[in-house]
Amino acid sequence: MTLFERIVVVGGSLAGLRAVEGLRRRGFDGAIIWIGAEPHPPYDRPPLSKQVLLGDWDAERTRFRRGDGYDDLEVDLRLGVRATRVDPRDRVLALSDGQSVPYDGLVIATGARARLFRGTEGLAGVHCLRTLDDALAIRAAFEKSARVVVIGAGFIGLEVAACARARGLEVTIVETLDEPLGETIGGMLGHRIAAMHRDRSVQLLTRRRVDKVEGERHVERVCLSDGTGLSADLVVVGIGVIPETEWLQGSGIDVNDGVVCDAWSATAVPGIVAAGDVARWYNPLFEETMRVEHWTNAVEQANVAVGRLLDGQDAAKPHQSVPYFWSDQYDCKIQFAGRVRPTDAVHVVDGSLETEQFVALYSRNGKLTGALALNRPAQLIKYRRLIAERPEVATVLPT
Amino acid sequence: MKIIVDFDLCQSHGLCTQAVPEVFEIRDDGFLYILDESPSEALRPKLDQAVRECPTGAIRLEA
Repeated sequence: MTLFERIVVVGGSLAGLRAVEGLRRRGFDGAIIWIGAEPHPPYDRPPLSKQVLLGDWDAERTRFRRGDGYDDLEVDLRLGVRATRVDPRDRVLALSDGQSVPYDGLVIATGARARLFRGTEGLAGVHCLRTLDDALAIRAAFEKSARVVVIGAGFIGLEVAACARARGLEVTIVETLDEPLGETIGGMLGHRIAAMHRDRSVQLLTRRRVDKVEGERHVERVCLSDGTGLSADLVVVGIGVIPETEWLQGSGIDVNDGVVCDAWSATAVPGIVAAGDVARWYNPLFEETMRVEHWTNAVEQANVAVGRLLDGQDAAKPHQSVPYFWSDQYDCKIQFAGRVRPTDAVHVVDGSLETEQFVALYSRNGKLTGALALNRPAQLIKYRRLIAERPEVATVLPT
Repeated sequence: MKIIVDFDLCQSHGLCTQAVPEVFEIRDDGFLYILDESPSEALRPKLDQAVRECPTGAIRLEA
């Protein structure tokens, strides 16, 4: 067991919360300092691009815990404060409020921030969606906008588009790839998702690049590189995220599109682990390093990371995980499990791609690599369990 | 121990069926069913896992 007396968790979102909870659940009774950059009490992000944008939930409802709900964790929660530097030799952390915080163990869970579109700084009506404040600003903008252009057909962009349609706005999505989500779920199923949006009167422009976003003070139009001009009174940018790692510069902690971790989610620096969107770890199940920006990974990885921190590598389990995510768009639920490449073969095993109810499997070199379900929740998780066993796809296809 | 699921919150993600297949099942109608509402204490670690991993926070355990 550990000799730690003081553990600092940096990051006030899901991975940070689950790290704090995991430490206490494992019986750690030393001091826990929990640092969150945002001023709000910790909240859940998936509802931001769904229930919050639709106006179904108020901000309060996204909170993980209500009121004084953190009392049982006996945690020193410091909100609205950033970590600015870490010195692993003296085991001390510098914060944006000027304080220094010594630690024995450190959990890095700083997540990521939304990538902005170049040249839009200071232009009103251009938003990204990462934080609660972002979601509330977009929701307010829906009220006074008629035409929205969404840049990027990733999950955030598609969910924003679906909410905007539900709120009665005219919606255009601009995507550089051949199909939405093509890199994540492959072209065939990306094409299916594209049809889902076009069937609901969304204008989805693929293989198009945004050249610039124009307007005096407030956005007026989005100009594409082929010369097309799209008038817009609201622009939402969903072109990915950047891991929050700048504060680790000079610390000796290896950073390469995320904090580099081993299979146990530990960095090469003693006493420092990482979890959630910020962590790039070696997943033994897929024999590759990956950084996964999804809810379920944050939960699972935080649990592994604190186990590794307290128990050491010999006693802890590695983070062997089949990535899982979901997306709600219109009345449709998309669920995905696995790790696929755009060239993987696709096998429809239930329903039909002509409809909005189906399950499709992916395979590469004959091995099952992933599964995607549209409005078929009963089956997806069974396949998630199977994918962990890396079977031959022929053995799981229905006969 | 008693399992309480808030079916207004449940969205049938099914992660609980992976954590504790003895207790949770999603049937072909797409809805979650609880096979045993008062399971044995031996299942508690797996049930705790199901609570933690539920994306909508729909599961509670009562003593």
